[in-house]
Amino acid sequence: MAAAAARWNHVWVGTETGILKGVNLQRKQAANFTAGGQPRREEAVSALCWGTGGETQMLVGCADRTVKHFSTEDGIFQGQRHCPGGEGMFRGLAQADGTLITCVDSGILRVWHDKDKDTSSDPVRLPCPDGWGRWAGLLELRVGPGVCRMRQDPAHPHVVATGGKENALKIWDLQGSEEPVFRAKNVRNDWLDLRVPIWDQDIQFLPGSQKLVTCTGYHQVRVYDPASPQRRPVLETTYGEYPLTAMTLTPGGNSVIVGNTHGQLAEIDLRQGRLLGCLKGLAGSVRGLQCHPSKPLLASCGLDRVLRIHRIQNPRGLEHKVYLKSQLNCLLLSGRDNWEDEPQEPQEPNKVPLEDTETDELWASLEAAAKRKLSGLEQPQGALQTRRRKKKRPGSTSP
Amino acid sequence: MAKAGDKSSSSGKKSLKRKAAAEELQEAAGAGDGATENGVQPPKAAAFPPGFSISEIKNKQRRHLMFTRWKQQQRKLAAKKKLKKEREALGDKAPPKPVPKTIDNQRVYDETTVDPNDEEVAYDEATDEFASYFNKQTSPKILITTSDRPHGRTVRLCEQLSTVIPNSHVYYRRGLALKKIIPQCIARDFTDLIVINEDRKTPNGLILSHLPNGPTAHFKMSSVRLRKEIKRRGKDPTEHIPEIILNNFTTRLGHSIGRMFASLFPHNPQFIGRQVATFHNQRDYIFFRFHRYIFRSEKKVGIQELGPRFTLKLRSLQKGTFDSKYGEYEWVHKPREMDTSRRKFHL
Repeated sequence: MAAAAARWNHVWVGTETGILKGVNLQRKQAANFTAGGQPRREEAVSALCWGTGGETQMLVGCADRTVKHFSTEDGIFQGQRHCPGGEGMFRGLAQADGTLITCVDSGILRVWHDKDKDTSSDPVRLPCPDGWGRWAGLLELRVGPGVCRMRQDPAHPHVVATGGKENALKIWDLQGSEEPVFRAKNVRNDWLDLRVPIWDQDIQFLPGSQKLVTCTGYHQVRVYDPASPQRRPVLETTYGEYPLTAMTLTPGGNSVIVGNTHGQLAEIDLRQGRLLGCLKGLAGSVRGLQCHPSKPLLASCGLDRVLRIHRIQNPRGLEHKVYLKSQLNCLLLSGRDNWEDEPQEPQEPNKVPLEDTETDELWASLEAAAKRKLSGLEQPQGALQTRRRKKKRPGSTSP
Repeated sequence: MAKAGDKSSSSGKKSLKRKAAAEELQEAAGAGDGATENGVQPPKAAAFPPGFSISEIKNKQRRHLMFTRWKQQQRKLAAKKKLKKEREALGDKAPPKPVPKTIDNQRVYDETTVDPNDEEVAYDEATDEFASYFNKQTSPKILITTSDRPHGRTVRLCEQLSTVIPNSHVYYRRGLALKKIIPQCIARDFTDLIVINEDRKTPNGLILSHLPNGPTAHFKMSSVRLRKEIKRRGKDPTEHIPEIILNNFTTRLGHSIGRMFASLFPHNPQFIGRQVATFHNQRDYIFFRFHRYIFRSEKKVGIQELGPRFTLKLRSLQKGTFDSKYGEYEWVHKPREMDTSRRKFHL
């Protein structure tokens, strides 16, 4: 049942105990999925991304350097591959043209051929789109130590950006040369003539242009424009006093929402660098943030073990709050549109036992009788439907 | 002027009431029992002396006052009597007595309350930073220090705490940065670090950091009573390892904090010595007490309070060792968001 309902989950959350949780906000249910049946802290999920084929497959990067393929349709882990090389956890996971791009803490960025899921673990060259059929391209890049995030450009799957602690923002073209396409320069020395330290915690590509936004551990939000001649940030604002850990773009495209280690969420306008508003509710450090591409909904997860969905505009506030018992590391929000109109599962009549069909007939006959007696009242039908729904829904968020 | 007048008259009435009550009590004390106007004498009301009736008071205002008060008492008595009669009439079918509402029993149900059968939480706890303590692989070694330049109260509190917590050492904080102390502690096998913060010569904060890479809890400390300020206390605590009682840590956060406190004391179920340290959580305040107990019979216990006592309130729980600026917080107390309801508690 949980496996079949997995496709309707709205949010997928990875935890520190290695459990992948699928949350269905319509039914207010959360389901646990583990590769091995038991949670294992060595498999703590550190990166999540959608796989090939829209949102039917998911790639789960674990702390033991394995990337697992999870099918959201069936709700099972389909396979895994070990990605050695470098040290540390996965800081970025991406999929491009049948290849897997991984980046770890120590700065090793590798491109893996997706077909060799089970066999080899050697990194392979990306096929170069030129008629000669040569295998040109990059197999392994050294990005620099202390990487905090690697992000793929949604518009150009072969372009990735990396940044980290004392590791400036770099944009890499995996089909191009081994040198970064764009290497950001540090801002000028501050008013005491001291070097401003670098700590890029999260990167996002702005749609519709070449610009990038980063949020730093020194509570700055910066916009870079590779198209402009200046390598320094085009816009810089600060928010709060604590390191910003996660960032996401809003549906409008003009603002970003950032979260810091104190659980404060803020929406910052990128046109002026102004603070638009804050979101309340989180009590712990924000680890994952994602906005829905069209609806004004924001999913946030953090160390306080609660997944929250906020509404960003009209009015700004909390929509859903789900307690998931482990510390949450990263999340993926389903971008589909038919959120509210979730169709009744076609498998239901098969699974409903015979007794239920009998009682349903009973109710139907009663309902008909009631209709005859009281004309024009819609209440019996409504009550019947709510009764049915109450039967099916457990109501609580227990897995 | 009129308002002031009213106020004075109302306060006058109150003072009159008090004076009247005082008078009655004095007269009652003087006189014996007597049949008076009040048929049924409530035990709490002042006993009227014989021969006294309200109608004999010459002052109209005071007489009116006394009468209304008497009338209210009569109404209350009548209602009680009626209720009692109804209950007796129903006999066994009487509904149970209604339990008075208190803030504790009106507490909003917290969804993070830990269910003892929950496997996920059990796994989480079995593999968290305190796992090595609860698996008896490490035994606690505590370093107690203060903020820089402590005054007498704080110093004495540290000394008394070190007698309460076994295997603890007090060191003078010579203005050293905590981030530099922590690697040294780890090198010397300390498992916990306690820093007592002081403000204006009284201790007001406690930072408890579990050492290898464990969480750091920051508490507000209040109501500190040193040993000499505790009345009817017993003799100084001995070297025996105390028992620990952790009361009412029900939520997930409460569990983490409870485990933090538990990991301060050696994990040994065979108690020798009759000393017990209690961390009692009520309404998000944690009360620390240290007692010596003796069982006089199966059900009767005598206790003597020893050691210091203080109250703690959690301000933040940070993942990782002490790093208030760049560390990640598991839980931060935000008064304007979390303290909106008087019936919602987080521990």
